Amino acid sequence: MSAAPGHQQGRESPDVVVCPDGPLLLRGDHLVEAADGSRHRTTRPVSAICRCGKTGRSPWCDGTHKLLRG
Amino acid sequence: MVSGEVDVALPAGADADHEDRQIALWALYELHYGGFEDVDDDLEWHPTLLTLRHQLEGVFLAELRERYVAPESTEPFAEQLFAYIAGIDGPSLARFVQRNATRDQALDVLRARSVYQLKEADPTTWAIPRISGAAKVALVELQYDEYGAGVPDKQHSHLFAQGLAACRLDPAYGAYVDDVPVEVLELNNGLSFLGLHRRWRGAAMGFLAAFEATSSLPARQMAQGLRRLGLAEEMAYYYDEHIEADAVHEQLAVRQICAPVVAEHPELVDDVFFGAFTCVDLENRLAQALLDGWAA
Repeated sequence: MSAAPGHQQGRESPDVVVCPDGPLLLRGDHLVEAADGSRHRTTRPVSAICRCGKTGRSPWCDGTHKLLRG
Repeated sequence: MVSGEVDVALPAGADADHEDRQIALWALYELHYGGFEDVDDDLEWHPTLLTLRHQLEGVFLAELRERYVAPESTEPFAEQLFAYIAGIDGPSLARFVQRNATRDQALDVLRARSVYQLKEADPTTWAIPRISGAAKVALVELQYDEYGAGVPDKQHSHLFAQGLAACRLDPAYGAYVDDVPVEVLELNNGLSFLGLHRRWRGAAMGFLAAFEATSSLPARQMAQGLRRLGLAEEMAYYYDEHIEADAVHEQLAVRQICAPVVAEHPELVDDVFFGAFTCVDLENRLAQALLDGWAA
């Protein structure tokens, strides 16, 4: 597919964003398999996947990582 | 019907007492949202009312600026903004609801919240045409989620209205505006003021970042408190939704909206922090007002 007129390379938003000391942001629709093998369909334009392992709403981030900071 | 001829005693604008000023500002801002059944829609842009609004905003802004405490450092930006927001002390209404609130006190919180939550996300939408590039795209993604991500019944304002009705409270827009402490109007007016002024777009985005970054964990406490009190599951669900939504939105707001805004316009850094402070400051004032009211 050719680029739209005026489109600049590298200006698109990333599909996956690793947030320092925070979750993984996922852009778009995905089927996410949690650590326990359960599967979850994303429902938002952008979703946050837990990276600290302490969320109460796996696989989604619930902000718990903020309580773990020393 | 209020229309056509507008007679405003302008000098009273700046001199009226604090509560009158906030009520007047709130009413003037509402002309830009849903308006009033008995007020002429053309008054939204009436020069006399805009002049009065300008005077009231001047007094309000001076109050906000006077309380603002600038950050010691703004680099690295995202980490400093998160730390700055977390570092502003204040009473936690959500923790009180989680552990101690009576049923009536929890309902007071919901009445106070209803003034904003029934137009949730609307004031921030004013800022969309005022920012550009990746920040604008991320703001629209965030707002799309607030507005139900394509499903009208999942709009956050609708979820809150359903929660109110299930708690046997009035879900009509503005139903409790006469009953809530003036600090509720301050919070709403702060959002509207920053959203409606392009000059304060950086602060509007900072306000958004702080709002989202102080929402996810308190939403969990609110949900637990509402369930502890046996209040309607629909309202607890509203807060459940915000645990996950705002864990996304805080990252979007700080890293994908505020960060590119200040990368493009470094002169807006202090405005972003001012907006973040103002959000927490106005939330703290509201929390203190409710807690003091119950203690009295």
